[in-house]
Amino acid sequence: MARINRPVSRRQSWWLLATALAAFLPLTPQIPLCLALAAGTCFALRAALTWKQWRLPPRWLLVLLVAAGTSAVFFEYRSLVGRTPGVALLVVFLALKLLELRAARDAISTVLLCYFLVLAQFMFTQTIPTALLACGTIIITTATLLAASDDRPTPIIQLRRTLLMLAQALPFMLLLFLLFPRVQGPLWGLPQDRTSAVSGLSDTMSPGSIAQLSQSDAVAFRVQFKGEVPAQSQLYWRGPVMPAFDGRSWRVTQTLGAYPVPPYVPRGSSVDYEVTLEPHGKFWLFALEMPGTLPPDSAMTSDYQPIARQAVRTRLRYTQQASPDTLAGINESAANLRAALELPKEGNPQIRAIAAEWRQRHGTDATAILAAAEDLFVRQLLIYTLNPPLLGRDVVDEFLFDTRRGFCEHFSAAFVFALRAAGVPARVVAGYQGGEINPVDGYLVVRQYDAHAWTEVWIAERGWVRIDPTAISAPRRINNNVAAAVPAGEPLPFLARSDLAWLKELRNRMDAVTNGWNQWVLGYNPQRQKDLLQSLGLDAPDWRSMTAILTALCGAVLLGLTAWVLHQRVRVDPALAAWQRFTRKLAKRGITWQAWEGPQDFARRASHAAPQHARAIHEIADLYAQLRYNPNTDRASLSQLNTKITAFRP
Amino acid sequence: MQALQLEAILADINRIILGKERPIRLALSCLLARGHLLIEDLPGVGKTTLAHVLARVLGLEFQRIQFTSDMLPADIIGVSIFDRDSASFHFHPGPVFTQVVLADEINRATPKAQSALLEAMEERQVTAEGKTRPLPEPFFVIATQNPTHQIGTFPLPESQLDRFLLRIELGYPDPAAERALLAGTDRRQMVAELAPRIDPIQLIALQRSAATIHAAPALIDYIQALTAYTRAAPRWHAGLSPRAGLSLLAVARAWALLAGRDHVLPEDVQAVLPGVISHRLRPVDDAARTDADTMAAQLIEAVPLP
Repeated sequence: MARINRPVSRRQSWWLLATALAAFLPLTPQIPLCLALAAGTCFALRAALTWKQWRLPPRWLLVLLVAAGTSAVFFEYRSLVGRTPGVALLVVFLALKLLELRAARDAISTVLLCYFLVLAQFMFTQTIPTALLACGTIIITTATLLAASDDRPTPIIQLRRTLLMLAQALPFMLLLFLLFPRVQGPLWGLPQDRTSAVSGLSDTMSPGSIAQLSQSDAVAFRVQFKGEVPAQSQLYWRGPVMPAFDGRSWRVTQTLGAYPVPPYVPRGSSVDYEVTLEPHGKFWLFALEMPGTLPPDSAMTSDYQPIARQAVRTRLRYTQQASPDTLAGINESAANLRAALELPKEGNPQIRAIAAEWRQRHGTDATAILAAAEDLFVRQLLIYTLNPPLLGRDVVDEFLFDTRRGFCEHFSAAFVFALRAAGVPARVVAGYQGGEINPVDGYLVVRQYDAHAWTEVWIAERGWVRIDPTAISAPRRINNNVAAAVPAGEPLPFLARSDLAWLKELRNRMDAVTNGWNQWVLGYNPQRQKDLLQSLGLDAPDWRSMTAILTALCGAVLLGLTAWVLHQRVRVDPALAAWQRFTRKLAKRGITWQAWEGPQDFARRASHAAPQHARAIHEIADLYAQLRYNPNTDRASLSQLNTKITAFRP
Repeated sequence: MQALQLEAILADINRIILGKERPIRLALSCLLARGHLLIEDLPGVGKTTLAHVLARVLGLEFQRIQFTSDMLPADIIGVSIFDRDSASFHFHPGPVFTQVVLADEINRATPKAQSALLEAMEERQVTAEGKTRPLPEPFFVIATQNPTHQIGTFPLPESQLDRFLLRIELGYPDPAAERALLAGTDRRQMVAELAPRIDPIQLIALQRSAATIHAAPALIDYIQALTAYTRAAPRWHAGLSPRAGLSLLAVARAWALLAGRDHVLPEDVQAVLPGVISHRLRPVDDAARTDADTMAAQLIEAVPLP
């Protein structure tokens, strides 16, 4: 009978069940509950079949079940293609395949299916825990593949062999990872077929929307500066610009009509940096003000907001340059300026009255009006807090003159409203402010709680000028961080707090590891590969020379491993090592094994000297003699020998 | 089944030759390993009886050649005589054409006669008057030799000694065995009454089994270490030859078969070592000449098991 047609043994069934479970369980969150339950039932049935050694279900029943499972997937998703339906379908097939384990052929196809499902995990998440989980599953799956060809060794030996084999494969894996010609684009950048909830700035801002973000310590993006890190108070990461106001919330208006290059001339010194942006589902790319260059595949809206051609659904890395001293928008179009003056017809009478007074006093002197507005904000003694009271209809008036407590969105909204009412073009800019340098890897980490809103005021000859009204009332928000600015006792994500130093240290380390993973494993792209090869002294290698290098290195690793294995084999026979352990034990009792003495001769002599252990000694010596001198001995005896020697106490 | 056969054979031999279990086991091992045996001992200790019993119990033909100083090769391998009736030469096979040959006092004969027998042993065929004649299968030579210091002997050169797989000594029986021998019935009578335990076909099967006993890499390493040690040690004139190493392995295999095992242990090698090396190694210092067991023990204790 051909090897591929050998029946599946009981032990092999258990192995296959374990593998199927290991491949299936991490996927359960991704598939509908009813399918997960159905698959679980199949696994339980498989366990019962193996346990009781019942007959396998007939083929016609399996055909019916496959049809039923396929239609269930179809009705759930209205499709059989795509990421989630595909994976759900494979889970169904895996569960049903277990019910027809007849020959080694079935076992091997099950194992291959499990390998594929391990891969499928990465289509959903690519974090380090996922990778570790996948490693565990791969170990079990490979052990099952071994067991499919030889099921005699015990599970422990099987796993040990697997680990050895995988360890031997590791250098090749690393070589292939580093040198295999890369394709452009992220490895796992599959289109999301469900709108996944990701936190981040939205394209509208109403009172409380940014305060909500301040409760999240999720990473928004990480930045690596090429040179010196600018001062904390200069770290304004420009995001969506919101010129439109409907009386309550501010909105983004401009997403089309983009510039291919910044429509202004960068001025003054520049800062170079690289951003690794976490997916947020929107188009905008955060950039330090004012962006001097644009990342590839992006453009700039007319209000200087860099946007990507496609929504950011995968982690994105881009380099940029910022020129803080740039004058932007000196020749701003009349339409944009008009839009930056629009206000609802009614509401907020108090601030309108004050603004009208400014206008009377200063006429069109925007600088003077700006100073008056700043003065108003100072005089009102506004309090920066994460828990502002709820506001009624006239949000600006109530904030400025009644509650006087607010978060950055209140400050910026009120400020822009006041200026517009006084006839000065102004707009709200959302984004992030600040960030924290992780001392472990030197990356600046910007988290969701660094979300911020500030304003831009248009002044003739100077263009758009950044004014941060929050800084007027709470300068510590800008110079330090949220935690320093809000009153004590307000709930904050613990990473934002300044106490709990050791916890923060721990988180910093974990974040550095995650970042390293993102940068070097998930973000290992053709550019990184090229940089690496260039640092090894290989200039601009094409795929041919790359293949040659790969082949040569793989050959070298293979030779090295072979030499090592041969060397090991000559050096230590595990049976001999066990025997030496045994003789050391006896030597402590004064019974010394002579190096030239055969095992049975020694056993006779030793049991003569220690008659109470005669039986154990003879058993061990017999096992050892078998293992060492009988080539047909089953290697399982080795663990038996080791167990006996461990249990042997002279 | 083979184990039972072998036990029965050993029991039969031990019943007749008393108190000599180890030399008998060695002799049988030598036969199973398809080698030839050299017994060096004084007259009257049972060499002939041993050869006789072996032949009898294994169901083999037996011939005895008494070597003398005036012996010619034709006395061993046979001669062609002119037959008047058929008007042609007719070959009369010598005593070597048998399955078990007892070559008694081989060192009494001249080297010329000795070499006639030794060539037959090695080639397992005889060439006389230009015609090659095969010897019967199995073919087993037991040669006896008087201790070399006796007068009127032609000592066998090393190269020829190497052709004997094993050299054993019988020695005097211990007192108990000797009393039993004196009290018991006539040994000749017992030999004559002995029934064969196996036939030559079965013997050949046993020899094949012995050749297939497993020798693990660790054991091969051990034998190699032993031979390498004898070549490097200054104690002996020349080390063991590769043929000696092969002989050692072959006898150890047969010894393991006799012990009922399907693989060779270092103990097997050590047990047969005296018989394999004592006629192959010559001490540099003649005064340090010892018996085979002491010499083997020196070698064993000098070489650790790999």
